[in-house]
Amino acid sequence: MTVNPSGWRPSAPANEQGEAQTVTGNRALMLEEPLLFEIGKTDQTGVDFAEMPERSSRIGSLERSKPIDLAGLSEPEAVRHYTRLSRQNYAIDLGLFPLGSCTMKHNPRLNEKVARLPGFADVHPLQPQETVQGALQVINELAFWLLDLTGMHGVAMSPKAGAHGELCGLLCIRAALEARGDKREVVLVPESAHGTNPATAAFAGYRVENIPANAAGRVDLDALKARLGPDVAAVMITNPNTCGLFEPDMKAISDAVHAAGAFVYCDGANFNAIVGKVRPGDLGIDAMHINLHKTFSTPHGGGGPGSGPVVLSEALAPYGPLPFAAKYPDGSYKMVEEENAGDEHPNAFGRMVAFHGQTGMFTRALAYILSHGADGLKQVAEDAVLNANYVLRSLEDVLDAPFAESGPCMHEAIFSDKGFAGGLSTIDLAKALIDEGFHPMTMYFPLVVHGAMLIEPTETESKAGLDQFIAAVRAIAERAKAGDQSLKGAPVHAPRRRLDETLAARKPILTYREPEPAQAAE
Amino acid sequence: MSLYFTREHEWVRVDGETATVGISNHAQEALGDIVFAEVPEAGRKLNKGQEAAVVESVKAASDVYAPVAGEVVEGNKAVADDPSLINSDPEGEGWFFRLKLDNPGEVEGLMDEASYRDWIKTL
Repeated sequence: MTVNPSGWRPSAPANEQGEAQTVTGNRALMLEEPLLFEIGKTDQTGVDFAEMPERSSRIGSLERSKPIDLAGLSEPEAVRHYTRLSRQNYAIDLGLFPLGSCTMKHNPRLNEKVARLPGFADVHPLQPQETVQGALQVINELAFWLLDLTGMHGVAMSPKAGAHGELCGLLCIRAALEARGDKREVVLVPESAHGTNPATAAFAGYRVENIPANAAGRVDLDALKARLGPDVAAVMITNPNTCGLFEPDMKAISDAVHAAGAFVYCDGANFNAIVGKVRPGDLGIDAMHINLHKTFSTPHGGGGPGSGPVVLSEALAPYGPLPFAAKYPDGSYKMVEEENAGDEHPNAFGRMVAFHGQTGMFTRALAYILSHGADGLKQVAEDAVLNANYVLRSLEDVLDAPFAESGPCMHEAIFSDKGFAGGLSTIDLAKALIDEGFHPMTMYFPLVVHGAMLIEPTETESKAGLDQFIAAVRAIAERAKAGDQSLKGAPVHAPRRRLDETLAARKPILTYREPEPAQAAE
Repeated sequence: MSLYFTREHEWVRVDGETATVGISNHAQEALGDIVFAEVPEAGRKLNKGQEAAVVESVKAASDVYAPVAGEVVEGNKAVADDPSLINSDPEGEGWFFRLKLDNPGEVEGLMDEASYRDWIKTL
C-alpha cells in the first residue's frame, strides 16, 4: 500500500538500514501525512448541511457555475492534518534556531498574554477612535521608545516588515530629494549589506552600484568616498553588517555621504547587537528600519507577521508616511490621516498601508520593552554579543573563521567550509545538523565569504544549550575535514532524506492536480 | 576570434565587432546548480560594468555584468529555457548574450585566457 498514490511528492526512500517497513508508512509517532486532497474527496463533505432553499441569484453571471473542488474533511480530520504537519516542523519553541541575521530569539509568553487582551485583540481598524484609545496609546508609546533607543527625530510605524521599511525609508529619501529639485539616480550598496537592500533600491527606481568590502569584512571607505558624487541619492549600509562585524567608520561614512548631498539608509535588521548601546542617530544615519520581529521578540518565521517601523532623521521626518498615531493636548490619541494632516504634516510622501500597521506586533514589542526596561535591553545586546563570541571562539579551531583575527564579532559569527575534504561543503554540514536535531545556520550568505555559515545564537540560549550545539558542529566539522562521504547522505533521520533542491527550483510544482485516472489506478 | 575574461568571471569571445558573453567554468562551479537565468532583450544598450543579466543557483543569485560597452544583438533564449546549459557548457552553448561593440578596442583592457586561468588559482 502506498499512502501517496499520486506519486509526485518527494519520495521517502525505503529504509536503507533494512529496518522493517510499516504498513502505513508511519514510523512510531512520526506520522506519514498525505495532502489534504489525498485525505478528503472533493465530492464529499465533512459537515451535514440542510438542502439549500430555492433562491434567485443576485450576482448574475458572476455566480459560480462549477464546483469549487475543495476536499471535504471532517473537523477531526482537518485538525489532525495540521497538527501532524506541525510535528514535522521545527520551531523556536522546539530548539535553537541559529539562522544568521534573523535573530530567532525566544518569544516571551508575557507578550502573547498582553496581545490577547480583548481590548487589543478584538479591535477593528474602522471602529471609532474614541473606542480604541488604548491601542492608539500603545502605538504612540512604542514610537517614543523607538525614537529614544535610536536617537532619531521621527518614526513611521506602519511598514509591515523589514523590506517594506526599507522601501519606506527610500521613498522618504526620494521625497526629500525631489522637494529640493535634486535628481539623483544611484544608490550605493556595500557587499556586506543585506540582500534585500539592492532589491529595495531598484524597486524605488534607483540604479544600484556595489561598493566592495575590505579584507577585514568592512565597507571600503576609500572606495565609497571615491564613488560619491552628485548622482548618488543614498548609501544603504547594514550595521552591524552581515559578516557580524560593526562598521567602525560609520560616522566617517555618514559625514562623507552628507557632504556629497546624499542620505544614509541603515538596515536595522541587526539592531539586536547594539540596542541600548549605540544610538544610530548619533552615527549620522538618516533612516533605519527596526525589525520588531527580530530585536523586540515578536514571532516570525511562520509564527507571525513581521513589522518594520522606520526611524527618520530631522531631514527626512517631514516626508514620513501617513497615517500615524498622535497624542493631543487633552490627553486623547488620534490617527493623523490625509484629511486632518493639515499644517501638522503637509509633506508626507503618501502611505505604505491602508491602516495602522501591525498593531498586534506593536503590543508585543511594547510588552517586551517595558518588561526589560532600558537596562534590560542593554543587557540583551551584551548577552547576544557574548553568546556569538562564545560560539566563534568555541569553533574557530575546527572551522575556518575568516574574520576571527580582526577581533570580537557582534551578534553573529561567520565561518566557511575552507578545509573540508572529499568534495564536502557547507550544505553537507548543514544537512548533518538536521540529524542532530538542530535547524541549520544561514548558508552561503553573505556572498563575500565562500561557503559561508552564519550563526546567530541570540541572547535567549543558555550556555548548556550552546555547548550542545557546539559539540554537534564540532563533531560534524571533524568528519567533513576527514572527507567522511557518509555526510553526503545526510539527513538520515529526518522524515525526508536530502531533497533535490535543483529539480525543485527548475521544475517547481506549485499547484495540486487530480492524478490522471490511469495513474491513480496503479 | 579571441577570448577574454573579467575579474567578475565573465568571458567575452570577440569576432570582429560582435562579442559573445557568458560566465566562466570557474563561476558556474562556484555557483553550483543553476536554476534560473535572465538574459537581456535585443536592442538594449549597455555600459561597461552595467548589470546585463541575472543568474540564480540553489546557493545564490548573481548579476552578470557587461564586460564592455555595446548594444545587445541577441539574448540566449536557450539558457533562459534550460539554465542547466550554463552548468554543462558554460563557455560554449551556455552563453548569455551577444553585443555589437561600441569600441572593439575596449576588450584589450581585459585578461586573456592564460592570465585568467592563472589568476583564479590564486583565489
